[in-house]
Amino acid sequence: MTNAAVHIEGQHSLHTHVHDALASGATHAKGQQHPIKLYLVVWGWLFVLSTCSYLVDYFGFHGYLRWSLILLFMVLKAGLIVAVFMHMAWERLALAYAILLPPVLVLVFVAIMVFESDYTHLIRVLSFASPT
Amino acid sequence: MAETALTDPGASPARIAGLRGIAADWSSDQRAFKNVSWGKAMMWIFLLSDTFIFSCFLLSYMTARMSTTVPWPNPSEVFALTIGDKKIPLILIAIMTFVLISSSGTMAMAVNFGYRRDRAKTAALMLVTAAFGATFVGMQAFEWTKLIMEGVRPWGNPWGAAQFGSSFFMITGFHGTHVTIGVIFLIIIARKVWRGDFDVERRGFFTSRKGHYEIVEITGLYWHFVDLVWVFIFAFFYLW
Repeated sequence: MTNAAVHIEGQHSLHTHVHDALASGATHAKGQQHPIKLYLVVWGWLFVLSTCSYLVDYFGFHGYLRWSLILLFMVLKAGLIVAVFMHMAWERLALAYAILLPPVLVLVFVAIMVFESDYTHLIRVLSFASPT
Repeated sequence: MAETALTDPGASPARIAGLRGIAADWSSDQRAFKNVSWGKAMMWIFLLSDTFIFSCFLLSYMTARMSTTVPWPNPSEVFALTIGDKKIPLILIAIMTFVLISSSGTMAMAVNFGYRRDRAKTAALMLVTAAFGATFVGMQAFEWTKLIMEGVRPWGNPWGAAQFGSSFFMITGFHGTHVTIGVIFLIIIARKVWRGDFDVERRGFFTSRKGHYEIVEITGLYWHFVDLVWVFIFAFFYLW
């Protein structure tokens, strides 16, 4: 009886010991460490890109030029934020793919809704359009 | 109390290049994310789910705008401000964008100083980030007030398609809520940093787990995500 208790006690202390060793070893391993300059450069670029996308509206570009410029600046800004500020560029691919791939699949949903809204628009024009 | 969940993954095994490495990590038993703690992995997974929520909002806005036969109000004019005698298009939204990007920059540096265990700079930068966030929410409140005074309602507005109001209030309202929660989150963590909780590994009041400076990075992930969502809202709702 006492023997078993000692055994369990021993196991427990062994467990905590191993855990503490792991924990102390882990504290030496630093997290994401990058030079401040990198963040400042990215910050600057985000300002430049935001100004560019604002100027698209300010100069009143229209049509495909406007839309492609908006999308270009949007994708560049999003990429910089995710890659550098959120450190995705330095994460293992197993995490990067698990997080970045699913949102890309939203594009399928976008395609479905484009067809759907075209159809709705057509029906509205055919059935409800006021004669003007 | 024994900690059952790994809070700090420590040294990670060598990474095999490319898709083979992804397959190796995912099929390795126990943990797919080798060098990422549970806290960071859970924040990323939460952000993924939040991405889907905002995707759905933007998609419903796209569907409404594409399928309506009534002209969509021109956001460039709706969100213009008269400063002095000049009417500048979209200026308030541009300033809000710059405020949010500035807050992202200070947050990124707070994370950096956190890992260097520089308490004062980390806490100060987090509070600056929170201040930028609060400024953003304030400007959004101003924008909402202005639009409501001009007669924008979820069911209609003076300029065109009725869905403009509902899309606007839903998308920016949800985003503003996220910013507000982020500001509260930032202030709580900044206080803990300032008090030195993460130097003495003081246990948190909610999870009873030891605190680490990694929480600054996790808070940062949330904050950058809020900025990221704004990038998409700015492009699709305000500029398109």
